[in-house]
Amino acid sequence: MPILQKDSTAIWRKRTTGQALALWAVWLLGVAIFMYCWQVISNATTWFFVWDAPRIATDIWTRATPPKWEYITQLGRPIWDTLNIATLGTLIALVLAVPVAFLAAHNTTPSKMFIRPIALLIIVSTRSINSLIWALLIIAIIGPGVFAGVIAIAIRSIGFCAKLIYEAIEEIDETQVEAITATGASRWQVMAYGIVPQIMPAFAGVAVFRWDINIRESTVLGLVGAGGIGLQLSASLNVLAWPQVSLILLVILVAVVLSEWVSAKVRGAII
Amino acid sequence: MSAALQAKVGQQWKRPPFVRNATLRWTLIGGFVAYLIAAYFTIEVNWSRVYEGLDRGARFVLAFTSPDFVSRWTDIRDGMIESIIMTVAASVVGILISIPIGLGAARNVAPLPIYMICRGIVAVSRALQEIIVAILLVAIFGFGPLAGFLTLSFATIGFLSKLLAEDIESMDKVQAEAIRATGARWSQWIIYGVLPQVMPRLIGLSIYRLDINFRESAILGLVGAGGIGATLNTAFDRYEYDTAAAILIIIIVIVMILEYISGIVRARVQ
Repeated sequence: MPILQKDSTAIWRKRTTGQALALWAVWLLGVAIFMYCWQVISNATTWFFVWDAPRIATDIWTRATPPKWEYITQLGRPIWDTLNIATLGTLIALVLAVPVAFLAAHNTTPSKMFIRPIALLIIVSTRSINSLIWALLIIAIIGPGVFAGVIAIAIRSIGFCAKLIYEAIEEIDETQVEAITATGASRWQVMAYGIVPQIMPAFAGVAVFRWDINIRESTVLGLVGAGGIGLQLSASLNVLAWPQVSLILLVILVAVVLSEWVSAKVRGAII
Repeated sequence: MSAALQAKVGQQWKRPPFVRNATLRWTLIGGFVAYLIAAYFTIEVNWSRVYEGLDRGARFVLAFTSPDFVSRWTDIRDGMIESIIMTVAASVVGILISIPIGLGAARNVAPLPIYMICRGIVAVSRALQEIIVAILLVAIFGFGPLAGFLTLSFATIGFLSKLLAEDIESMDKVQAEAIRATGARWSQWIIYGVLPQVMPRLIGLSIYRLDINFRESAILGLVGAGGIGATLNTAFDRYEYDTAAAILIIIIVIVMILEYISGIVRARVQ
């Protein structure tokens, strides 16, 4: 225990002198890095606009309130599209994520040397790229529209769903699998009767959880042209129709809160 | 053997359904099928356009085998550095702000009025998506990394404060009480009784959030809030798939490195 001797009395201290110095050096380095980052950001900023910001903010606020309520009649179809993008995207992602998860899990993968790294690469690469970027890419390939949004959401969700499902597969109770194997079941029967029932609750939870996130993400996909309510948002922003923008933002907020509530209810019922 | 079991002997076993309640099960299935049919008839897919795009898709996939880092290297480098700088600065500021808000949003530490305010901040920050916040902040503060930095800080606060508050609410009361029994002030109670208990999780979550912030910073450029997104968008618009593939590969590699580091750090602090 580090102790400081001072006037022949021992005082308890948390760290030795060396540890304290090392900690101090780490903090100094961290603060230096942060100050450098801040300087770069500051140099790239037109500070005149920033000092002007409160005036602009109040200006936008007065333009945006009250929301243009009668515009909501034109939002029905975009909301339906958004719901479709999220739901169909989640469905496709789940169909694709299950085989990937089985290939990635330690205890079910056919080959730890070759197939598992490929499955893990699919998981990490689909997960690390945002759905908006996937949407940009899909639009460049198959053109704008709701279908592009569905595909973008599907690709983006594969990694997330597969990761959570494969973690559930790795945590299963092996004795049940062994019991099914002992009855002489084939490989597929073991999967259907030994593994699938055990991961079913996790699977349903992941599906609802991802659906909730996808509703959130599909509301903004329209900003790059992939359909849904985001198209209306970007159109209103482009013509500076702030009352419409505020109404759309309110609708998005309600949709997000509702989907989160539904997902929390369903997950509560499963677990 | 009971009578119920006796009746079942000789019958074939059937797997129990996932949803026990039969009415609920069939309502769910029926509703789902109805929804799928409705969705199928309202989505317009231009199949000829999709078919035309397939060879472009193939070209993009092939571009991953020969990514072009060289011809737009200065743009890629500047965008990446800006993304990383925004990520680091926003994570630091976001974490610093989210610690007091997290304390305020924990019911066992904060009095009710402060609790309500902090929970309100968390709810607003979580409900608004990064890209929408970025659009508003770009409109207010002008183009550039400052808007992106503020967006990411704002998003970090909602995420980290909520998880930190939940962690504080489920902490071990005994340790905190022991510190209080020594006659500690409120600040000493927080520093010696509460924070050491939540520190490992806070460090793990902070690194996880750094990872998320980097991924999000890649899209902020689409709306003019700085970072690699603008370069990526231009590459897609000009069908320069090899440059786009190079940028995507860099993003994936950095995310993988961050996940690897966060795995090591989380294993060490826990």
